[in-house]
Amino acid sequence: MSQLDTPAPVAHDRDDERLVGSDGLRGAVRGTVDRVRAGELGAVPVILGLVVICVVFQALNSLFLSSENLSNLLLESVPTGVIALGIVCVLLLGEIDLSVGSVSGVAGAILCVLFVNKGVPGVLAIVCALLVGVGAGALYGLIFNRLGVPSFVISLAGLLAFLGLQLALLGSQGAINLPFDSTLVKFAQLDFVPQALALVLVLLIAGGLFATGFLNAQARRKAQLSGASNQLLLARSVAVLVIGLIAVFYLYSGGGRGIGWMFVFFLALVIVMHYVFTRTGFGRSMFAVGGNEEAARRAGINVRRVYAAAFILCSTFAALGGVLAAARLAAVNQQSGGADVNLNAIAAAVIGGTSLFGGRGSAISALLGILVIQAISNGLTLLNLNSSYRFMITGGVLLLAVAVDSVARRSRASSGRA
Amino acid sequence: MSAPATPAEQGTQPVLALRGISKTFGAVAALTDVDLDVGPGQVVALVGDNGAGKSTLVKVLAGVHAADSGTITFEGRETTITSPHDAQDLGIATVYQDLALCENLNVVENLFLGHELNRKRLDEVTMETRSWELLRELSAKIPTVRIPVASLSGGQRQTVAIARSLLGDPKLIILDEPTAALGVAQTAEVLNLIERLRERGHGVIMVSHNMADVQAVADVVCVLRLGRNNGVFKVDEISSEEIVAAITGASDNVVSQRASRRAEASTTPKEG
Repeated sequence: MSQLDTPAPVAHDRDDERLVGSDGLRGAVRGTVDRVRAGELGAVPVILGLVVICVVFQALNSLFLSSENLSNLLLESVPTGVIALGIVCVLLLGEIDLSVGSVSGVAGAILCVLFVNKGVPGVLAIVCALLVGVGAGALYGLIFNRLGVPSFVISLAGLLAFLGLQLALLGSQGAINLPFDSTLVKFAQLDFVPQALALVLVLLIAGGLFATGFLNAQARRKAQLSGASNQLLLARSVAVLVIGLIAVFYLYSGGGRGIGWMFVFFLALVIVMHYVFTRTGFGRSMFAVGGNEEAARRAGINVRRVYAAAFILCSTFAALGGVLAAARLAAVNQQSGGADVNLNAIAAAVIGGTSLFGGRGSAISALLGILVIQAISNGLTLLNLNSSYRFMITGGVLLLAVAVDSVARRSRASSGRA
Repeated sequence: MSAPATPAEQGTQPVLALRGISKTFGAVAALTDVDLDVGPGQVVALVGDNGAGKSTLVKVLAGVHAADSGTITFEGRETTITSPHDAQDLGIATVYQDLALCENLNVVENLFLGHELNRKRLDEVTMETRSWELLRELSAKIPTVRIPVASLSGGQRQTVAIARSLLGDPKLIILDEPTAALGVAQTAEVLNLIERLRERGHGVIMVSHNMADVQAVADVVCVLRLGRNNGVFKVDEISSEEIVAAITGASDNVVSQRASRRAEASTTPKEG
């Protein structure tokens, strides 16, 4: 342990005597504990929540943690999860979009009308459905920027208007079925990643995590800044690898169909958005606008463009979620995107740790949050409880999540992390 | 260190020379025929009562408002400033009183906000290295640049705001009430910082209400009263009372009456 090599020069960011050391594995653990105490909860509450949910439902019904049910749960979570990813974009700015459910319904309706009724090629129909999302977001952005109407009201109006549009598109028929042999429906229902490929994907993710971390730490050390230790990076990647491998082996055993391509697609979207939020100038400006709009404006950020982009991203993700929901159900009807889709998507983002107050959040929160929501909904369905209980329980969980967010915010303020 | 009052005496070209700047808002003349000179490495304190036109003058320089008439000569060339962008391009950086920092972002993120290196794939390493260089140069006492600005003290935030203004390598830095709302030690820290800006050769305009701070760091005091110039003084040739007199427009005013009362009170016992 105590090999004496040449005394390393103190990194630029480590030579202030007031800094409490947090090097290596132990330092990282202690740092995390300190952060949680100071209200920087991150993913801790949601992971705890998931564990509790799993234990409770497994105790009530032994089918809950079966590989078949879990692989179904993952697929089921994708459409609303994609919508939640869009919600994260607007929540980061401290805004809200209440119309994501209706927009997703309209997108599904347009897809089916074009594809089934008009015989338009599938890809073109999907593009048209997504364009409706782009258009809705652009309209919200325009009204928000030019007229200054609160996003709450704009999207509430949008909720009604798009619901009406959805009903009009579906006409008296009320529902349109997608053919079961279409690629889209297969993608959402039947296409599963072969087990070998799933293992390779897990390896790639763990390896990629280590490689990016290692290169980053290397570059930092070269610039005489402190970098994460190899030990820590390795521990992180091994943890991901082990959990991933166990998950894959479990999901492909005992009647489980494994991991659907649609879920892999969702994961890829989450990773892309995570990159956008944390590693690009655009992501940085979103956090800046959410934190202090005036400061962002004075720093030369085109604040209006950031708002418009966030609304467009949100509605487009909502439309994409609608397309996937239609594919998952192999149909679109008057209830598509209605009922609890809106609230589930918003709840997922907030439960996952994205603040309603703007300026903090992550793409990962959409993934973690939707898993919680979907686990609850799935567990209650297994218990043969009808939707009345599901609504009540989801409502309670949402309130709990927002309460945790608010309390964490207060404790951040008192420990100077705002 | 006694600095000459005007750049002309210094024998160098002024960074900024304003001549006859006027600005009206409707029927109100906020600025009338205002002149101002700032040389390189010179700290000019801009003082005046509320409504004297300090903020308007700062906003004219920062490009928030355009002047109605008058000329702005920047580094020997006559220019117009019509937008904040113009001001930045010329090399005028403004640090407003509210600092305009994003509390949820860390120091590096705030320093480079809006001017990130490599926006498609942020170059965090270079940004952090340059942040440290800059903060070292200013002898800033910030323990780590990876904590949210929310956890910094008022003086540290002011330092971050000033450091940010230096990133574009400006010729002229305008500080709007840099020491308002700061404690004793933090004020001293910011005053040190202003001296370091002078050493680096930046021209500095400091808006202030605090005569002690003005006396401590400024080379020249430019007094505005009711939107007009009311005297430009070398700091080491003028007392606080004289500055106050110029600000309020007469020696017979509330402040000097109070001062003379106190002086009488303290001298009377000796005489009697």
